[in-house]
Amino acid sequence: MAKRIVVDPITRIEGHLRIDCEVDNGKVVKAWSSGQMWRGIEVILQGRDPREAWIFTQRICGVCTTVHAIASVRAVENALNLEVPLNAQYIRNMIVGAHGIFDHIVHFYHLCALDWVDIVSALSADPKETAVLAQSLSDWPNNSYNKIKAAQEKLQAFVNSGQLGIYASGYWGHPAMKLSPAVNLLAAVHYLEALDYQRRINKVVAILGSKTPHIQNLAVGGVANPINPDSQSTLTIERLYYIKNLIDEIGDFINKVYLVDCAAVGAFYADWTKYGAGVTNYLSVPEFPLDTKGDTFDLPGGYIANGDVSTFQPITSFTDQNFRQGVKESIKHSWYNGDWDRHPWEEDTVPNYTDFQDNGKYSWVKSPTYQGKPAQVGPLANVLAMYAAGHEPTRKIATMVLEKVGSIARTNVPLAALHSTIGRIAGRAIRCAVLHDTLVRQWTLLMDNIEKGDYTTFNEPVFPKGEQRGFGFHEAPRGVLSHWVVIQDGKIKNYQCVVPSTWNAGPRTSKDEPLPYEASLVGNPVADPEKPLEVLRTVHSFDPCLACAIHLYDPDEKQLVRVKAI
Amino acid sequence: MQNLLVLGIGNILLSDEGAGVRAVQYLMEHYRIPPQLTLIDGGTMGLEILPYLEGKSHLFIVDAVASGQGAGHVSQKTLLDAGIFFRNKISPHQLGISEVLSAATLTDCLPATIVLFGIEPKTLQAGLSFSAEVEKALPSLLKLLVQEIEATGITLEPKTAS
Repeated sequence: MAKRIVVDPITRIEGHLRIDCEVDNGKVVKAWSSGQMWRGIEVILQGRDPREAWIFTQRICGVCTTVHAIASVRAVENALNLEVPLNAQYIRNMIVGAHGIFDHIVHFYHLCALDWVDIVSALSADPKETAVLAQSLSDWPNNSYNKIKAAQEKLQAFVNSGQLGIYASGYWGHPAMKLSPAVNLLAAVHYLEALDYQRRINKVVAILGSKTPHIQNLAVGGVANPINPDSQSTLTIERLYYIKNLIDEIGDFINKVYLVDCAAVGAFYADWTKYGAGVTNYLSVPEFPLDTKGDTFDLPGGYIANGDVSTFQPITSFTDQNFRQGVKESIKHSWYNGDWDRHPWEEDTVPNYTDFQDNGKYSWVKSPTYQGKPAQVGPLANVLAMYAAGHEPTRKIATMVLEKVGSIARTNVPLAALHSTIGRIAGRAIRCAVLHDTLVRQWTLLMDNIEKGDYTTFNEPVFPKGEQRGFGFHEAPRGVLSHWVVIQDGKIKNYQCVVPSTWNAGPRTSKDEPLPYEASLVGNPVADPEKPLEVLRTVHSFDPCLACAIHLYDPDEKQLVRVKAI
Repeated sequence: MQNLLVLGIGNILLSDEGAGVRAVQYLMEHYRIPPQLTLIDGGTMGLEILPYLEGKSHLFIVDAVASGQGAGHVSQKTLLDAGIFFRNKISPHQLGISEVLSAATLTDCLPATIVLFGIEPKTLQAGLSFSAEVEKALPSLLKLLVQEIEATGITLEPKTAS
């Protein structure tokens, strides 16, 4: 007899996502992914000055601020056919790279690791055993017995104080937790270190973005960072060298800690390469433009059909016609008026809430398709595209990670193992290391260009009479983000954001095909329907974030997580 | 020496939800900010806020607070320890201000005094303007904030119109 379980809400960060699963014989047989909140924020933009859109869009989501700012200026520049000075591209690229690294590290250690790592078990580990293990895996200097012991004591004191906080609602002792105490402690120690390193890389964003949590240096046509090597009030050579130091420090952490931990956790949970593949059409876009128009990029992106890298179709420029024509959204199963598949420029957003209908409308999220098919987006999609395109740093890092997993698990791990729940987590770590490699290059490109005497950072936008249409894409930490704008006489007429989590978390398409969350849950094991840790693992592997960003503080100490077995 | 961070949080695109951010923005615009005071528009961010807690003795958080006392109700609550935040979360390990405070504890940068200032929202609809109730109550929140900032020994001078 099938049992229905409801997990609501499921996101660890901003957003309200409800997942319903039908479980039969210890496995999920059908799933529904439902966005529980309507944003409606695009409507605020209508009638506004397109030069200001990015200031509003960066408030759509508390997690993805920077990415909505970048996609927005690119969309307006695309509509105006406006080129962006090289310095501005490099500065934006460094913000994009640093933000991506920050986001990937936080996802692994602070949002997702606790699905796999049992903190309570870590407290009972022998720090000597952990130190021996850690030193056999990596020459990271903080893997010493003394440092590991000190970190374990700190965790113990924190737990003893009764302020469990981040650890309060983990599924400690769950039968699906398989790591030994020593491995749990290793991950827990690095969890603490990651808090420090995420702060360092975030400083790069803060320095380039003008020192507040929200970047303030963007402009349609470039950036607002004046460059003058001799003036203290601008982006100086001294500041750029400080940034380089931060970039180097984080590089050591990624290569000697993050990649190694990810490989170790992956090796001990090798059975999770069998679950969670879901939709294996993958979509990503190229990123890190290297010219003023956006015709050449440092990292490739494109479309892969049916998990077969030989089908790779590259997306090649900011004006790519395949991408421009390939994106559609359906509202057959979404709480909006009507039943259509439309291009983002042609969409409207008229709410029509009907209650949760299993076979009808059941989500506020729309359902996007690429060339008529559901597609998975995210770091794994990007890594597979870069691999298919023959991008050397990606191939090198991916091979190294798969070999490391193989050597710990004592088996051969093929690239195809990445089509899975644990593979998405590995894909994110690989992409993080690729981003770091790129970030170093962007820094060098900026320095070389300044040395040539080019200090330009801004081209003034001009808005002609009449209508212009533009789109801007960005390979964000959670995958393909695109903003679509229609401008009429210098004002915004229509604005749509097709966000990464929409591609993955949306309801069924107009042809009733499931998108990645729903597809990836089918076949997922569930040992205990009251504690659906395995469902969380698969959904969290996508780094879920429904961009609604509500932040109300509720002083009642009530249980807000609802796990219901029906 | 006292070192105070006033952190406005909330989403300014969701009407009353953004009251905390708007209050902090108002202070930035209307007062000279002395070096021992930092004002931050934290939006709805999480761990990005952590670096700003380093070296602070006091933290004032200004947020929309569902106190159940009616729309526009202004509240003030001293958190004797940050533990009040450490309870069941909207989701397991959700990264919000609660996690920033636990992360601050774990990285030894939790301010000794933490006070939460709140204003009860009426609506969280998408929109840039406040409900009448919150609009009307905002001056009393600002007055309270200025008074409490000064009670820490920091003098706030209004910017003179030039």
